[in-house]
Amino acid sequence: MKRSVIDILDLSTEEIEELIATAQDIIERPAGYARACAGKKLATLFFEPSTRTRLSFEAAMYELGGNVLSVTDAATSSASKGESVADTARTVSCYADIIAMRHPKEGAALVAANAASIPVINAGDGGHCHPTQTMADLLTIRREKGAFSGLTIGLCGDLKFGRTVHSLINAMARYPDNRFVLISPEELKLPSYVKKDVLRERGIPYDQTTDLEAALPRLDVLYMTRVQRERFFNEEDYLRLKDSYILDAAKLRAAKKDLCVMHPLPRVNEIAADVDADPRACYFKQVLNGKYMRMALIMKLLKEAAQ
Amino acid sequence: MNIDAIQNGIVIDHITAGRGMRIYELLRLDALDASVAIIKNAVSHRTGKKDIIKIDSDISIDFDVLGFVDPGVTVNIIRNGELVEKRRIDMPERLVNVIRCKNPRCITSVERSIDHVFKLTDRKNKVYRCLYCETKVSQ
Repeated sequence: MKRSVIDILDLSTEEIEELIATAQDIIERPAGYARACAGKKLATLFFEPSTRTRLSFEAAMYELGGNVLSVTDAATSSASKGESVADTARTVSCYADIIAMRHPKEGAALVAANAASIPVINAGDGGHCHPTQTMADLLTIRREKGAFSGLTIGLCGDLKFGRTVHSLINAMARYPDNRFVLISPEELKLPSYVKKDVLRERGIPYDQTTDLEAALPRLDVLYMTRVQRERFFNEEDYLRLKDSYILDAAKLRAAKKDLCVMHPLPRVNEIAADVDADPRACYFKQVLNGKYMRMALIMKLLKEAAQ
Repeated sequence: MNIDAIQNGIVIDHITAGRGMRIYELLRLDALDASVAIIKNAVSHRTGKKDIIKIDSDISIDFDVLGFVDPGVTVNIIRNGELVEKRRIDMPERLVNVIRCKNPRCITSVERSIDHVFKLTDRKNKVYRCLYCETKVSQ
């Protein structure tokens, strides 16, 4: 039966475990999956600039032995002629077996999923959700920290518009004994509904601060985010806030030896290049983990669609 | 103040005082070719004051609108001068095309031909969220 993934919460914790197990098996024996999606086509519909997410989906499908149809720029697609998302999804359903879609409008992936006759994976819908990034984050945390519980997780930067942050909080809030430290400028604080509906509702402890250096020593995971220009209506606000936090090697000296530094990438200035050689820098591992999780998800959804 | 009794129609009773006009507008009663009376600040034994709308026509009305704007209102259906049905209206789980999402980043701001759907996420605080972008609307 056709099923789409729009939000990380569309996947149960059991399904997350299943996907992680598949991803870890892919890592151990990639040759075993080289024909897993032979004869299948993934359509990547990207209505917003993206390099890594689109390439990750495409690499994932190629490594599964499948093929890729790609729309990389809305300016070259029918959307520029005024075609609706629903009609695009219906049309692409005639050509492909599964869709990965990024769109600047929140909820676009749900509209596509409701219209398409094939599974749709949300590859980012504006500032709303980005479930496969969260899947990459989860596999990284599992591989680096060994567990999803008992962690102090620092989230730093744009917590207001950062869809990856909201998704990660939603995902990690389902596991016991975690604590969040929310580090952001006043203007980019985590929306109150996330704090109320997710954290307070479940009694999950959290602290809010503007001081990264003070928070750093107690963190097990530090999730840095970029202040995204495209989320601002006002350029002045963006320029004022974009360099609020810069993690560098000097600041990292105060952190735990086994800290896991993550970033959904692309970074601009928020992690200095001198952090890259530190063994605690996990953001490029995160990229690779994203590909493995996307492989696992594509396989799962195509298998379910065939049943 | 006297408003004639209805023979065939609907009386929306126990409207929170001050909300009668909003319900009138959302139900688009201005477009109805029938007698409609809005009684404001009527005496209520329960709440002190209330609004009442009397519609002298046997139309079908959107109960979801009522449940969203003012949960707890009572709808009385009158036929041949007799009360044939009395319904207390609760908050609906979903609102379809009752209100529009005001988030300019929401897909509903540009996509044609899709319903504006809100789901009830917090009954206690009367919070609805857009199905697409999760933007909050509360009464």
